[in-house]
Amino acid sequence: MDQIGLLLDGFVGALTPAHLLWALIGVTIGTAVGVLPGIGPALTVALLLPITFRLEASSALILFAGIYYGGMYGGSTTSILLNTPGESASIIAAIEGNKMARAGRAASALATAAIGSFVAGTIGTVGLTFLAPAVAGFATSFGPPEYVALMAVAFTTVSALLGPNLLKGLAGLLVGVTVGLIGIDSQSGQPRLVFGVESLLDGIDVVIVVVALFALGETFARVMTGIGRSTVQPLRGRAVLSRSDLRRSWPAWLRGTALGFPIGSLPAGGAEIPTFLSYTVEKRLSRHRHEFGRGAIEGVAGPEAANNAAAAGVLVPLLTIGLPTSATAAVILTAFQSYGLQPGPALFEESGPLVWTLIASLYVGNVMLLVLNLPLAKVWARLLTIPPYAIYAAVLMFAALGAYAAGGTASDLIVLCVLGLVGLLMREAGIPPAPAVVGLILGPLAEQQLRRALILSEGDPAILVSGPITVVLWAAAVLSLLVPVVLPIVRRRRGTLAGAAAGSGRSGERG
Amino acid sequence: MTTVKRWAALVAALLATGALIATAPADDERADSVVARALDGRQLRIMAPAAPGGGWDQTSREMQAALRDLVGRSEVYNVGGAGGTIGLSQFVRLDGDPSQLMTTGLIMIGAIETNNSPHSLAETVPLARLTTDYQVVVAAANSPLKDMEAAAQALRGNLSAVSISGGSAGGVEQILAGLMAKAVGADPSKVSYVAHSGGGEALTTLLSGRSTLGISGVSEVMPQIRAGQVRALAVSSPERLPALPDVPTLREAGLDVELQNWRGVVAPKGITPDQERALEQLLLDMTRTTEWQEALADRGWGDATLAGPEFEEFVRTEQTRVAQILKEIGLGRS
Repeated sequence: MDQIGLLLDGFVGALTPAHLLWALIGVTIGTAVGVLPGIGPALTVALLLPITFRLEASSALILFAGIYYGGMYGGSTTSILLNTPGESASIIAAIEGNKMARAGRAASALATAAIGSFVAGTIGTVGLTFLAPAVAGFATSFGPPEYVALMAVAFTTVSALLGPNLLKGLAGLLVGVTVGLIGIDSQSGQPRLVFGVESLLDGIDVVIVVVALFALGETFARVMTGIGRSTVQPLRGRAVLSRSDLRRSWPAWLRGTALGFPIGSLPAGGAEIPTFLSYTVEKRLSRHRHEFGRGAIEGVAGPEAANNAAAAGVLVPLLTIGLPTSATAAVILTAFQSYGLQPGPALFEESGPLVWTLIASLYVGNVMLLVLNLPLAKVWARLLTIPPYAIYAAVLMFAALGAYAAGGTASDLIVLCVLGLVGLLMREAGIPPAPAVVGLILGPLAEQQLRRALILSEGDPAILVSGPITVVLWAAAVLSLLVPVVLPIVRRRRGTLAGAAAGSGRSGERG
Repeated sequence: MTTVKRWAALVAALLATGALIATAPADDERADSVVARALDGRQLRIMAPAAPGGGWDQTSREMQAALRDLVGRSEVYNVGGAGGTIGLSQFVRLDGDPSQLMTTGLIMIGAIETNNSPHSLAETVPLARLTTDYQVVVAAANSPLKDMEAAAQALRGNLSAVSISGGSAGGVEQILAGLMAKAVGADPSKVSYVAHSGGGEALTTLLSGRSTLGISGVSEVMPQIRAGQVRALAVSSPERLPALPDVPTLREAGLDVELQNWRGVVAPKGITPDQERALEQLLLDMTRTTEWQEALADRGWGDATLAGPEFEEFVRTEQTRVAQILKEIGLGRS
């Protein structure tokens, strides 16, 4: 185990007072920008790049890595407390987390998110340390046909997100897919559903849609029904995480990590898809399924772990093959280059000590984030004692600030308001906003990958089932459709053996 | 109490940022007087018409660093989207303001055509070309296509069976794919081009073994070439590149094609000829700074400095050529 020795050397480099200070500054800035919707780690690192130019490479990279991990932590806080996701990967945390907050369990939700992020971030970093070359090999075997099959799995399993009424869930999904079509089509370069408005050419930022549908829709609905004076009881019970909370959380953290790390390392995987899958898995496996939709702690623990594990996964292709697979990774690649370092196969040989210091500082950053965030859970939760009118005013301010920061133009604010009204209409009609976000993220991905696959094969659909990975994924997709139909029949025949059968069905889905 | 703590966290973050800014020296006094007069005391603002991390963003931020000793602090801001045409549509409104610059390049010229943009670079004052990045045609390491001759043969034989993965639709890579098809006597509209949002994503399609060829910027794919994961077949430069001395040019391989992904700087229309000359001189001075030369070396960019009427003429010919080939590919204005 050569890596352990190298990693220990890395810790020697990372644990100097100066590097610890940079890591602390990084995670603090990261948490702050993660809380604000629209201002992500990518923009922050880009802004800091010219300023940090005079730092030595290791200090700057440790600072950036701290911002990157911190951003993933911070995103869930506003999701849970204000139903306003700080970035797209924490949308799912808003579904159950906000329900928990309203039931007086905000501190528990924040704590399970923080510990889950720590567990997943640490396991993900361990994976990065020891499995990077193997995972990179797996990631590069994914071409367009494999992604089409992965999207099929995602689409068939997200039914758990559609809510109790299937028709309304599908309506929400369609709203999302339609919004996702807006902008320049990436294969033909032609604008779609733009109606001559130039600022729509690049599509609508997922964060703006999410903030509009979740936060503005709710704020507008509040205005319609009267603002009210009732406040939420911030803390119920003494412990932040009760023993039963912990018992329900830890398997979810591990399962979320198992989904997040490999999918995050896929070049087109991203941090959102594993959070959707994790939510579905938790809902199907849970013994407290009736609580889902009303504040189930597994629904926060799993997806939050998944998005942090995915964040570590993104670093795998970046460090091993020099592939930036997210906006933040692209900016970090730029940072590497500005120090004359080229991430890629030769990076570990050419600048090994630096890379191991960076990896060691990821472990350190994770510990710092836990120490920063866990005691804050109770403090943040007290925010809910602020009367609703003030909270909704703050939501409006953060939403507008974030939307403006993302694009820098007034038209983004108009788009935000229009989509907020759409959110209000959906709410009045009882259409849940979560499926819309799923459609918005998965729809365009599935479309582009399908078209790429068909261009590659000159229109022959057989390419979609070529190769072992595609066959396994399609089988998983079919299984996930069949299991909910077949299971009740089996259950009726065999009595109570269903738990075991459900377990085996699940492991197939993850394939 | 809670809000106090929240603000404390924010203030701490801001202070940290402030401390970083404060360590950068302020050299406003050293500002060159001609430029100072042209700028009329205003701070230079550079628009990067793309998201953080892309080529224009990198160019703008390297300019910002290299200009520090010449004009003191300047500001870089991003207006991302649609191949730079969204930034362009904002930039053309800054009539006659000499303190506003925008980075631009071949990709914007292509996007103006494919997006049917109502604005073009003719509504700006081209100042200088700065950098260039040539394209390289690559195949997966285990591909049966061992050299460009074999690839050209395949293109000639059955063009649409040769899939080519590259960056965004209408971008540099697709333009080169079209020019290559034309050079072997085939119809550019029949190219099986697979567009991706970026070079990295395009490379994964090639590495997964699904596409026949890939086209990418040389600096972007250099590590994978060095590691032997992909094989470089030909470069789009007029002569062989120092970084890839064994790789022939497209012309050597029998395809009469040359293409460079150049990047440059424009100012808004309506500035005075004096201001134009002062800004051009400033950019020329900037290209001679050690910061800039180091940036070129670190990023793997070629020095392509060209200013004045020659650059304006260059922009015009590029516009004509790009519009022509995109039309033949079937992406241009209808």
